[in-house]
Amino acid sequence: MVMLASLGLILLCQLIGEAVVRGLGLPLPGPVLGLLLLLILLMTRDRFSLLARGPLRNDGVETASKGLLAHLSLLFVPAGVGVVQKLDLLASHGIAITLVLALSVVVTLLATVLTFRLVSRLLRQQDAR
Amino acid sequence: MKDNPFSLWVYLSQSPLLWLTVTLLVYATTDAVSLATRRHPLVNPVLHAMWIIGAFLLLTGTSYTTYFAGAQFVHFLLGPATVALAVPLYENRKRVVASIVPMLVALIVGSITAVVSVVLLAELAGLPRDVVLSLAPKSVTAGVAMGIAESLHADPSLAAVAVILTGIMGAIIVTPLMNRTGITDYRARGFAAGLAAHGIGTARAFQVDEIAGVFSGIAMSLNALVTSFLVPLAVTLLVR
Repeated sequence: MVMLASLGLILLCQLIGEAVVRGLGLPLPGPVLGLLLLLILLMTRDRFSLLARGPLRNDGVETASKGLLAHLSLLFVPAGVGVVQKLDLLASHGIAITLVLALSVVVTLLATVLTFRLVSRLLRQQDAR
Repeated sequence: MKDNPFSLWVYLSQSPLLWLTVTLLVYATTDAVSLATRRHPLVNPVLHAMWIIGAFLLLTGTSYTTYFAGAQFVHFLLGPATVALAVPLYENRKRVVASIVPMLVALIVGSITAVVSVVLLAELAGLPRDVVLSLAPKSVTAGVAMGIAESLHADPSLAAVAVILTGIMGAIIVTPLMNRTGITDYRARGFAAGLAAHGIGTARAFQVDEIAGVFSGIAMSLNALVTSFLVPLAVTLLVR
């Protein structure tokens, strides 16, 4: 029962997210707004015990969410199989596309991790002073 | 039915049940192999499930549309799974708030690098314009990238393929690459994985370290926001 209600709550957050995004023409994905909603809901629950019922009690929605996230990579398989529709393009440009994507992902990983480290080190030095 | 086993195949191959079952069983197998090799990066469960199912479709002459009619039930869960990222974020909120500044700076630098590098490299490689446009949003999660590609009048299905390929390559490369840089801060490593390789990178990050997974999930969500704004801008400035 709690499991069903928890899944329902997750879907409801996504639904509200999609509705708001479409309604206001916001340039952000509906599920991301749904994520923010669920986060706010969880934090509000800690303040007001009135909200702590149903899926928001006894780790209901927490357990359901972890269940979904445990198999996150499975969810990409159907879109990935879509590569069978692109075999012509891959035959003509496959090597170039793969190299471009591979180089870009390496550059992006390095730029992100180094910036993160640099900034957190600078902040720590500032704190130490 | 008895004298014509082929008609049973015709019936089953058109039903969503068969393709949903194939998707789950093939993934369960590739995931078990990944676990048995102690999550070796090259034994990426998405990569191997993809080509095995793809080869099966080609061998049986099944169209992707027929396959997707079954697999869409799995694909649908991408949205709820994004919402579910709120939970690890909530549970680790103190650590997240404590690193908010490095996160935001790395987000801006990383998002710009992701979009600019792929557009410039693709132009350099002489790829056709519509391919360049479809590759531009490759670092964000599939649904978002397809939306961006659509708004640019590019090819959303190619964008989805670019997203998955990027995710797989990112997930394969992230651990050896990070080990080589000597960075052991799992916040930074996870954040980079989620930013560059969205959900597949995040799945990989959760396999390596819980904190890495949390920061990867945040990076993935934030990057979906930033990239939605950034790609149209970058395309206007950079694409011929």
